Amino acid sequence: MRPFDYVEPRSVDEAVALLSRGGERTRLLAGGTDLIPRLRRRQWRIDRLIGLRRIDGLRDLTLEDGVLAIGAGVTLEELAASTTVSDVCPLLAEAARLMASPQVRALATIGGNLCHASPAADLAPPLLCLNATLRAIGPSGGRDIPIGEFFTGPGRSALRDGELLVQVRVPAVEGRGVYLKFSPRRAMDLAVVGVACFRSHGVATVAVGAAAPTPLRVPASPDEAAARCSPIDDLRASAEYRREMVRVLTRRALEIVP
Amino acid sequence: MKTRLPRKRKVHLRIRVNGETHEVAFAPHKTLLEVLREDMGLTGTKHGCELGECGTCTVLIDGEPQLSCLVLGLECEGMDIITVEGLADGPQPHPLQQSFAELGAAQCGYCTPGILLASKALLDEDPNPPRDRIREALSGNLCRCTGYIKIYEAVELAARRLKDPKAEPSREILRGYEV
Repeated sequence: MRPFDYVEPRSVDEAVALLSRGGERTRLLAGGTDLIPRLRRRQWRIDRLIGLRRIDGLRDLTLEDGVLAIGAGVTLEELAASTTVSDVCPLLAEAARLMASPQVRALATIGGNLCHASPAADLAPPLLCLNATLRAIGPSGGRDIPIGEFFTGPGRSALRDGELLVQVRVPAVEGRGVYLKFSPRRAMDLAVVGVACFRSHGVATVAVGAAAPTPLRVPASPDEAAARCSPIDDLRASAEYRREMVRVLTRRALEIVP
Repeated sequence: MKTRLPRKRKVHLRIRVNGETHEVAFAPHKTLLEVLREDMGLTGTKHGCELGECGTCTVLIDGEPQLSCLVLGLECEGMDIITVEGLADGPQPHPLQQSFAELGAAQCGYCTPGILLASKALLDEDPNPPRDRIREALSGNLCRCTGYIKIYEAVELAARRLKDPKAEPSREILRGYEV
């Protein structure tokens, strides 16, 4: 890796100040499972990393007033193992358990998964179904971004310069959900296509991953869901195959949560 | 104000590895893997893909298996690190090391340190894991030699030995199944 400097702020305010002063070559480091390989491959030039691990509030996970408030630094392993998450949003816990390996889940964070803004981010379809809100703090204060407006393109999000995602807020809604991740390997693999479905009071919401430039809410009908996607050809699958799998997985998901 | 970044600077860190506190000086961009191997001489932890895919650089950080190639040394200040060098109790190998050696659960051996530590974390949490649980715990560790069966058998034998040091492998495991 090219040399860089490393700082560890103790508070969100301190991190925001460092970030907005830092400019383009300053990046936030959460779990590092995406960032460090990018630096290793020299895809990004970095002068300074701001480590977020020591900011206590970012690892909190609480249920308050019917909202599951998940700190952006909560790891996938914590999501998978937390009884609160399993009780209130089993869909999210299920998606976390399907990701990577124990060693990677111990590092990777929910905030990193979302801010990296991969079209295949496994936590995104469940959170789209559950109508999560993302709380960001920047130099001019905090704001809440509905997850439907968060992803703006592959690797791009609605976060502005100097803004830090601090919390993912998931309303605790009664209902049943399922996340179907289709990948050749059961561990350490990205989704060829991922489909989440959540049904509450008879109404089903469906969202897909790896089938469009961003994770996406789609109509709760197999044909319409497939029509709404705009997948690409890559080494994992052809666009045509992905579209067909969206149709199949949407049908299955709707059958699993009738 | 433009601040010049001190590129050649080394940082000092207190780090607890295998039960001993060390003070190490290294460049701030070094990963824990590089600090362990290059600055502390602990070469039991292996360089693999260095992209978080293969698992051979697995160490225990505060008891949890993590990939040392994805963690910066500086992030580990004050944390408790266990590497493969810390598994044995003096001259006495850990029951996992013993059973891996006895059952031939290592061929080239490159993945072994990571698998031993991922297995230790599993047995610390669940002393009697079913085969599925072992598979899941080792799903982030690639072994291109063994086909994993001997590894699973060795973890199972170690689990038995942790309860009963005299436990022996079954005849089938040593000699194969009769057809």
